[in-house]
Amino acid sequence: MNAPATIVFVALFLLVTVIGFVAARWRKADLNLLHEWGLGGRRFGTIVTWFLLGGDLYTAYTFIAVPALVFGKGAIGFFAIPYAVLLYPILYVVFPRLWGVAHARGHITAADFVRDRFDSRMLALAVAVTGVVATMPYIALQLVGMEVVIGALGFPTEGLIGHLPLIIAFLVLALFTYKSGLRAPALIAVVKDMLIFVTVIAAVVVIPAKLGGYGAIFAKVPPEKLILAPPSGDSFGAYSAYATLALGSALALFLYPHSMTGILSASDGFVIRRNAALLPAYSFILGLIALLGYMAIAAGVGEDATHAAGFARYGPNYAVPALFLTSFQPWFVGVAFASIAIGALVPAAIMSIACANLFTRNLYKEFLRPDCTDAQEAKVAKIVSLVVKIGAVVFILALPQAYAIQLQLLGGIWIIQLLPSILLGLYTRSRNASALLIGWAAGLGTGTYMAAAQGFASSVYPLSVFGVTLPGYAALYSVVLNLLLALGLTPVFNRLRAQRLAPADR
Amino acid sequence: MQSETPKGGRLRYAPRLLLLIPFVAMLWVPSYNALQPELAGVPFFYWYQLAWILIGAALVAIVYLIEIGIARRAE
Repeated sequence: MNAPATIVFVALFLLVTVIGFVAARWRKADLNLLHEWGLGGRRFGTIVTWFLLGGDLYTAYTFIAVPALVFGKGAIGFFAIPYAVLLYPILYVVFPRLWGVAHARGHITAADFVRDRFDSRMLALAVAVTGVVATMPYIALQLVGMEVVIGALGFPTEGLIGHLPLIIAFLVLALFTYKSGLRAPALIAVVKDMLIFVTVIAAVVVIPAKLGGYGAIFAKVPPEKLILAPPSGDSFGAYSAYATLALGSALALFLYPHSMTGILSASDGFVIRRNAALLPAYSFILGLIALLGYMAIAAGVGEDATHAAGFARYGPNYAVPALFLTSFQPWFVGVAFASIAIGALVPAAIMSIACANLFTRNLYKEFLRPDCTDAQEAKVAKIVSLVVKIGAVVFILALPQAYAIQLQLLGGIWIIQLLPSILLGLYTRSRNASALLIGWAAGLGTGTYMAAAQGFASSVYPLSVFGVTLPGYAALYSVVLNLLLALGLTPVFNRLRAQRLAPADR
Repeated sequence: MQSETPKGGRLRYAPRLLLLIPFVAMLWVPSYNALQPELAGVPFFYWYQLAWILIGAALVAIVYLIEIGIARRAE
């Protein structure tokens, strides 16, 4: 066990634990109200929102998985960067408007919004269930990120002893989330970001210096990995895969309940617009993190015998921990690993709160107990958030890691199906819930089919159109189908309904 | 104070057309799938996309500043 690293790691972890509990007193209010517990009272200004959304959007899994993809597959892993570029125009244009409606009408979740705009409980139910189901694997994957760094610290990972650190971490997370709600991850995000910035700046300065400069790093990467393979024959090959992965991921991200929660907790629409210009700072960091994958190749961690066990157990996800172990002093390894572990806590907390908000408002209150008091509502949400976390821990401990990854893949394909409901709800006048439900179902079915056709190993589906093959992100293809159906069927169904309701006019 | 900036109406949102530019740049993959020219040892494919993060942010900032400028003049 790596003692100096572990000591630093635990110390930082204790720090954020204290912060998590103390957060209940920050901007003090009645945490027995759902909008206080679940949305921080909607009082987060530009800076707090920047930390919260940053902590929300840039998760431990991002920091482990993006370099892992670059390490393993090369250039295609870099799609995270154009994806990040496209996020912010979307955020700027669409979400202040959503915020405005949600603020005026008291919506806490996307399903609240849909229920109101479409006057449809069924569509709201579809939105709520999709949100919860798509988020659960994402929470589980944050645990994977934590698990990898705990394993890299040298803790044995088998049996109960091996799982204990993870269980403790999640217990702590569960407790302070219960107590403080969204305020906890908002405050911890500040610490997390400082640690990540420090780690990444150190990494991009120290490691290239050790490896002989960026030129030398890129020189060690096999040339066929370094750029996308140009398409051959009738296929658009990696070009369409790359573009659709970027666009589809960008469209999907803000539809996740935890992104919605982060956005709706802002104090006004201008906070969101300012953040659309300021959050890209994180994307730049993400770009540098992606390059860590190549640094790992150049440092030869894949061939290093000391890391063989780690790679055997965690696959390419071990690339970044191995790189840090090789390149940093042990105490700084503790800082770096803590930044990743805390980077798992923040989004896991927000994701579980978002799921709790959805379940409580749009399933419990809507269908089970419409006349529950505010205090009961908040209580149910707190319990659900606890249950969701326990579920995630059990999932990760009981099932092979591959399942979590595959479910997350599907989660991305499912969550994007909410796009037509949000867009049409915001921008069109004559709305029809049935048309959107059909679109949603079709998108869900098609997207899942496309992923299944690849054996759930990849979400890129080779679509054949007029003799040309367009390998593309299943989420994007399926949401286009969804949107077309929704747009096309809305006027048709509205017409039919009008005719049905006014037979005398015929 | 009536200036040429229209109050209300779709033209008020015209600055947002600038936000289409990142889409064109990023989705037109063949335009950047190359190794040369390098910058500080980093191949074109990589530094170009990193640069677009900054350009994209700048475009959003520009649109924001124009829009609050319009909003202030409309008061």
